[in-house]
Order: sequence, then C-alpha cells, then structure tokens
Amino acid sequence: MSNHVMQLNDVHVRFPIGANWLGRPKGFVHALNGVDLTVRRGKTLGIVGESGCGKSTLAQVLMGILNPTEGRFSSTADKEAGVQIVFQDPQSSLNARMPIWRVITEPVFARKRTSVAELRNIAVELARQVGLREEVLDRHPHEFSGGQRQRIAIARALSSDPDIIVLDEPTSALDISIQAQILNLLTELQQARGITYIFISHDISVVRYLCDEVAVMYLGQVVEKGPVEDVLGAPQHPYTSLLLESVPTMGVAGDFGQPLTNTDLPSNRNLPPHCYFLDRCTFAGSECRQAQSLSPVGGEKDHVARCVRATSGDLNMREGKENGAC
Amino acid sequence: MSDAVLQIEGLEIQFPGFAGAVHAVSGVDIEVGAGEIVGIVGESGSAKSVTAMSALRLLPKGAFDMPSGKITLLGKDLATITETEMNEMRGRDVAMIFQEPQTALNPTKKIGKQMIKVIELHTELKGKAAKDHALSLLRDMRINDAEEILDRYPFELSGGMRQRILIGMAFACSPRLLVADEPTTALDVTVQRQVLQLLHHKARQTGASVLFISHDLAVVNQFCDRVYVMYAGRVIESGKTADALGSPAHPYTQALIEALPEHAKKGEALSSIDGTVPNLVKPPTGCAFEARCTKSIEKCIQRPALKPIAADKRQVACWLKEAQNV
Repeated sequence: MSNHVMQLNDVHVRFPIGANWLGRPKGFVHALNGVDLTVRRGKTLGIVGESGCGKSTLAQVLMGILNPTEGRFSSTADKEAGVQIVFQDPQSSLNARMPIWRVITEPVFARKRTSVAELRNIAVELARQVGLREEVLDRHPHEFSGGQRQRIAIARALSSDPDIIVLDEPTSALDISIQAQILNLLTELQQARGITYIFISHDISVVRYLCDEVAVMYLGQVVEKGPVEDVLGAPQHPYTSLLLESVPTMGVAGDFGQPLTNTDLPSNRNLPPHCYFLDRCTFAGSECRQAQSLSPVGGEKDHVARCVRATSGDLNMREGKENGAC
Repeated sequence: MSDAVLQIEGLEIQFPGFAGAVHAVSGVDIEVGAGEIVGIVGESGSAKSVTAMSALRLLPKGAFDMPSGKITLLGKDLATITETEMNEMRGRDVAMIFQEPQTALNPTKKIGKQMIKVIELHTELKGKAAKDHALSLLRDMRINDAEEILDRYPFELSGGMRQRILIGMAFACSPRLLVADEPTTALDVTVQRQVLQLLHHKARQTGASVLFISHDLAVVNQFCDRVYVMYAGRVIESGKTADALGSPAHPYTQALIEALPEHAKKGEALSSIDGTVPNLVKPPTGCAFEARCTKSIEKCIQRPALKPIAADKRQVACWLKEAQNV
C-alpha cells in the first residue's frame, strides 16, 4: 500500500435528473459505473477516453470535490493541499482580477495566515521554477499568452506543495510548439519534486509520451488499463484499438475507405445490461451479451481488459476486421 | 489558371487598432484547383482563418483594410461583384463549414426546416422534392433515422451528428468549393475520423474542391492533397502534402513536426520552438521566423519570397534553401 497514493474500488457516481411531485428523482445519469484504479506514487497515470466517458467526473472524485455514490475512494494525500488541479482552459481558470502573484499563491493564502511578503517570496520562487520572469508577477492574466497562462496555472498548483496534480487536458488548448514547452516543464517538475500526475487527455500521442500507466475509459468504466507500452502498443480491447486507429498520424496515409457507421455512445441514463461497447463492436458474439469484467490479459497481471474475447486468449480478433469498418 | 476554383494573389489584410494596425495577412498567394483538397495549416494567429474568410468575403465591412490583393472565385474578381451576387454564390457555388457546429445551426428551428430552406433558396427543388433531397443528404452522411432527425432541434443532437448535418447542408447545392474551418477540432477522435471520411468521400464524389483549415498537422497530412503552411500571416511553405510535411524544407515546418510528442521517446525532452510569434502590429521586415529560427543567417533580415524549389508547386520562403539551390 505504501507506494499507492490513491485507490478507487468499484466507484460509482450517478447524478439525479428531474424530480417527480414528491421531489424524488425521475432517473439518473450514470457517470461512473464501477471504476477500479490505483495511482502509484511518483508515476504518471493517463486517463484516455472520448467525451461523455466520465473522465471529468473521475477527476472530481480524485480531487475530493465529489463523493462516490457507491464504492470506496481512499487517498493518502492531504485532502486540501495534497491534490491540485490544472485545467484545460487557462483563460477561464485564472482569476482575471488578480495580479498573477496572488493567483499563484491563492492555495497558500486560503489555507493558512501568511504575510504578503512571504506570499510574494513563494510566488517569485514558483515563477522561476515554471519559467516566468519575476518582473511579470504584477501583471494580470489577460496580459499573458495561452502557454504562459498554463505556466501560471501550473505554478498555482505547485504552491501548496501537493503530492498529486490532476492535469485535465492541460495542453489541448495550446499550439504544438507551446505544448512541447509545457510537457517538458511537467517532466522536469516531476523529476525534481517526485509529484504524482494524473493526466486526463484525449490525445494519445501525448499520453504515450508522458504516462507510465494508462486507463482507457468508455461510458464510465475502465475498459483497459496497464503499462502504456502494453496498452497502446498491443491494445486488447476493441475500443482501444478503434481509438488508436482513429488517431491521425504523420506519415501514414489517411484511411478513406468505408466511413464508420456508428460513433455514438449508448445513453448513460439506462445502462445496457451487456458489454457497453457491444453496439459498436465488430467482434461481438453471444458471449458479449453479459456484463464484462476487468481481467488480466494473457499472463500479465498489470495489463487488464474488460473484454471476454481478449482475456480468454482469443487474441486473433484483429483478423476478423474488415477494412477499418468498426 | 483557368481551372483554379479559388485564386488569392498578394493578399494583404490589416485590422486597424488603437496601438496601430495589425498586419494579419501580409502577401499571401493561394490557389485551389478544381477537385483539389487543399489544406492551410498553422498555429493560432497565423491568419489561416482570416485568409479563408476573405475568400468568401465574410470579414465584416469596415473592420479591416485590404491594401492590396486580388481574389478570384470561380473566375469572378471578388472586388467587382456586388453583395447580392456574392450572397447568391455563397451556399450555392461555395459553402463553408465552421469549427463549432452548435453555433452554426439556428437553435430555434428544427433541422428539417433549416435544411429545406437552404435547398429551396438555392435550387429549383421545392416542398416535397426539397425534403427528399434533404433526406438523401442526411443518409449520405450515414445518419440512420434521417426522417426523425429532420424533426429535431440542434440541441438534441451530438456534436458529431451536428457536424455531419452541416456537411450535408454544405453539399446541398453541389458547391464547387467548400471552405472547412477546423471542422473536426471540437470532435472526438473516432467521430473526427468518421466526419473526415464522409467529407472526403462526398468531395471526391461530387468533384468539389475543399479548402481545409486546421492547426492539426496529422489531420492535414492525412486529408489534404496539397498544403500551405502559414506563419505570422505569410505562407512559408507549400507543396504536395507528402512533400511539404513529409520532407519539410522550411525550418519552421521542420521544428513544428519535431515538436510533436510522437517524435520523442518517453523521458526525453521534446524539442520545442523557443520564443513566441512576432507582434503583428510591427511585423518584422525580414523573415517572420528569423527571431525563433536556429538556422538563421545574415540575409534573413530581408524577407524571403516564396520560391519554387521542385515540381508540383513545391515552394518555400527561406534564404537557406535559396542559397542551396543557386
């Protein structure tokens, strides 16, 4: 347990929708449907999935903002200072009325009485670490470019000296050349401070570069997880393969054969009783009519997938694939 | 030149401001041939959207100055035609798809009503015939229950569905040119793949030309026949996609491709481009990339012209290349 900083056991989160005349909810949105995750100290865990898969709800659970409706979430990190978050859009996540030294030290200011001089010192030190010059500390967020704003957001996350930083799509609003700068900064900070990152992204190439482990989510469940090289190198769940195939890559010709027919997620109001991916899966058989569980792939304990065909050793599923039509 | 659907020559666009005019576009030449899919790729602020908007005369009157430049759309000089004529061309001969499908559809009208209106306005089809045409367009876009979708409001549909409807609408009058401004940036990867496949299919089928604007090198790489790389309001490199992005000649294009995370191993630092884009209120008189370029030479304080370096309209604006060729 020592090198596990966070542990999620069968975490479910659902949100009530509507209310009847008694004030009871008419239905539920099932955002997370049984998530099991372990976050290891000093490592980077990537969480990949498309919109509606529950990535952001999961981030809120990890941040302690949201309590699981069912299941257990335990964390060794301090509840307030121990976990910090960096959001996707640095424009809206920084207070526009504060000079940035106040923005950066807000987590410290909110938690304990600290003199202005001391806060200022903290800000100077953090600004240096994230590559901002000291002279800019009195400016306001609107005076910075997107990449610099993201540096400010990272400095703010560092200010309470957290064990864990949740990075919610930190580079998807940035240009490629700036993305590279921010990713380098994140790597340096992790090496220097031994922080644990939880990196939420839809960008597979960034996840492959930055993460040690990755969990692929679909409709509120982890469908595959394990070391990055295994999961992204030899995906076992049909959804992971579809995701990887869909990522455009340099130097590879586009696949303009038959267009995909079904790209919609099933509704999360009424969860399907069978495998959640059944409707979109080309390999679906009768065994997929029941709910699937996460099981180890081959003999490897770390690499698990939620697919009966992958885990039963039937790894030749790719042969049945027709010309990219999933 | 007669087969060019769109020809932009020496375009300069400035936006007046209090601190002085922003030289958004300075001397851009772009040509889109019949049936060709041409990409414009660049980072934010490179004026790729402004260039495309000016091609359809969509920039608000009075908000910009155009000191020089000639735009020829389907053989007509845009400077000479009236707004009424332009309005007739838009939607019928040229169509545009935007990044955000939510804002491009009217939220208060049902999909059917919006589609049928476009068809009735620009074609001979009326009433039932227009509706049938709308249905066939939706079916072409792999929308299964087309009849039902016509009766829905935009907010009831997913982003991918809305974008497919917009593409269907754009092809309603078989346009000769389609301008797509970041059409898949707001979409998930699997949906992006589907939308690109459909767009490609439909364009090839109807013989329409596409001007495709994106910041995503990999998407442009897979989707476009020919590409223009823009930086700070200038085209710095162009050519067949496989040449221009496969073996880039300009240091900026090279650096941009180097900075992609798929080119680095885990733990290694990514190569990033230091510095930021030049301030376009006072645009550099020399090469726009000179300040960030690692290979700059003395001559770079003069502006290099876009010169052909190989066959197939392969061009680059760099003194280094010029020195090699001589």
